[in-house]
Amino acid sequence: MEDLNFQHQVRARAGGTRQSAIVGVVASGNLEVLVERSLPDAECAVDIKTAAVGFGAVWSAVIGDFVERYSPGGLKFSINDGGARPDTVSLRLAQAVRLIAEAGQ
Amino acid sequence: MTSWQNNRAARDARIAAGAGLARGKVVEAHDVTRLLEAVVRPGDRVCLEGDNQKQADLLSSALLAVDLSKVNDLHMVQSGVVLPEHLDLFDRGVAKRLDYAYSGPQSARIARMLFGGKIELGAVHTYLELFARYFIDLTPHVALIAAVSADREGNLYTGPNTEDTPTVVEATAFKDGVVIAQVNEIVDTVPRVDIPADRVHFIVKADKPFFVEPLFTRDPAAITEGQILTAMLAIKGVYAPYRVQRLNHGIGFSTAAIELLLPTFGERLGLKGTIATHFALNPHPALIPAIESGWVRQIHSFGSEVGMDDYIRARSDIYFTGPDGSLRSNRAFCQTAGLYACDMFIGSTLQIDLQGNSSTVTTSRIAGFGGAPNMGADARGRRHPSEPWLKAGAEADPDGSALMRRGRKLVVQIGETFGDKNVPLFVEKLDAIELAEKLKLDLAPVMIYGDDVTHIVTEEGVANLLLCRTAQEREQAIRGVAGYTDVGRRRDHGMVSRLRERGVIRRPEDLGINPLDADRSLLAARSIKDLVHWSGGLYAPPSKFRNW
Repeated sequence: MEDLNFQHQVRARAGGTRQSAIVGVVASGNLEVLVERSLPDAECAVDIKTAAVGFGAVWSAVIGDFVERYSPGGLKFSINDGGARPDTVSLRLAQAVRLIAEAGQ
Repeated sequence: MTSWQNNRAARDARIAAGAGLARGKVVEAHDVTRLLEAVVRPGDRVCLEGDNQKQADLLSSALLAVDLSKVNDLHMVQSGVVLPEHLDLFDRGVAKRLDYAYSGPQSARIARMLFGGKIELGAVHTYLELFARYFIDLTPHVALIAAVSADREGNLYTGPNTEDTPTVVEATAFKDGVVIAQVNEIVDTVPRVDIPADRVHFIVKADKPFFVEPLFTRDPAAITEGQILTAMLAIKGVYAPYRVQRLNHGIGFSTAAIELLLPTFGERLGLKGTIATHFALNPHPALIPAIESGWVRQIHSFGSEVGMDDYIRARSDIYFTGPDGSLRSNRAFCQTAGLYACDMFIGSTLQIDLQGNSSTVTTSRIAGFGGAPNMGADARGRRHPSEPWLKAGAEADPDGSALMRRGRKLVVQIGETFGDKNVPLFVEKLDAIELAEKLKLDLAPVMIYGDDVTHIVTEEGVANLLLCRTAQEREQAIRGVAGYTDVGRRRDHGMVSRLRERGVIRRPEDLGINPLDADRSLLAARSIKDLVHWSGGLYAPPSKFRNW
């Protein structure tokens, strides 16, 4: 297991009103993403617990591109990773943003 | 006086030597090894039918058991090295030299034996290339083939998996060779004559039906969202703009996803009838929903697929069938069809380098080529025009004279940037080069050469290599769709964004595709059971694909 943590300053607050959302599953080659609206509007944090050790540089690139593209301000992401491919990680993060951007509690 | 019929006399002598063990042409299964000892001579070229799917398994066991003082040092010339017995022949010394095309299930062992010097390798071929050599310099002295049934005269019914048999028999029987067939049963009248009796010298009834591998069944349940996204990009970014009607699909999950998206995503794009109508393709179960939805007009097949027989029989408008109603496949003709009459090949691979060369060889596995290099190559002898072929040719050479410019076949490599176990698809140097150096081969085993590849499709986008004007542009176009692999992360961002402005690279958003829409609900069938439903119960999947 490896723990990774990324903090980013972002341009804008994520849309929507929902307070939290969860997507994906913890399984081999997959991941679970919990997203919570718990940070100041200009901040984003990603905490990762991954089964695959030694991929810090790839995670950094994936998270960097994701933050640049979706501007997920105010959101804290907690990832439980079962060795998912980077494209699956990008997809789950985008799905998490879409879900929390929905109207709701 | 010079004799000009020595080979015919030798063939007649072999048949006479075997005749003592036969009643008419029929030899009992327990006498087959003795038959082979009588008919086969040391050093003979032997084709032990070893196809992509169908295996003459009884004859391979019998050959393995021969007395080495009578039969040894054979030169095996067979398209598929598939059964363990095919390699046991070399371990035991029955055979010495090998020319072949495909070795999927034996890829690890064949690599070890080549390194260990157990096999003297002629060459690894494509199917069509090996078949061609059967008629020039690799003509078999003896062919050991498999058929479904025979009558007492020796007429053979090869059934849906005809595959290589007509080609092997043609080369052997018409050049003074001996043909021995194993059959599942001997009948009064065969359902149809696939091989006429005067080309068959001995027949043996096997105790159990010959082995057939279900190679072309992909369970829709295992298709990922990444593969669905990649398939959407291929349909909208390649099939649609070129209006590709005549094509061949590889066997991977990405192309299975395409097949399952035609009746849903493709239908919504209004593409029915304008793309994917005519195929050179095995009977892929994943294509059933598209066939049932009226997308597909005609399919010619290399072989068959386990469980598809009744469906094919009931859909003879689509497939090639005999007077008995069952599929007639033919690998040599279908390979020719894929080479000359298809405008596109799309398939996956294991490694792609910075020039677009691809290979399925890794240093510990040699899977051979099979048919992909043929499908995935521009046919330099092609002369008939078609819209996709001309458009691709024009993109590659926009300033050339329209009347003198060659068209181009679309050769599309599709895959996720990371494959199984997170192994990257893109590499700086192919393992095939290291292998060639280790084995001292004259040629590295390249599956598809970069100069034949026209497009690379990954979840990150579509790279159109036809539009690249320099080697540097080509490299950056490849890096630009290589995702988070080392090759992808080392891209020149400025150049990649310029290539994107020119449409050389197209991202999902450039094609109006939202990656979040790449959902399994888009698949026309999400399980094998769904495919059975689509087929009206005609598709009978093998038990390993049944979970109900």
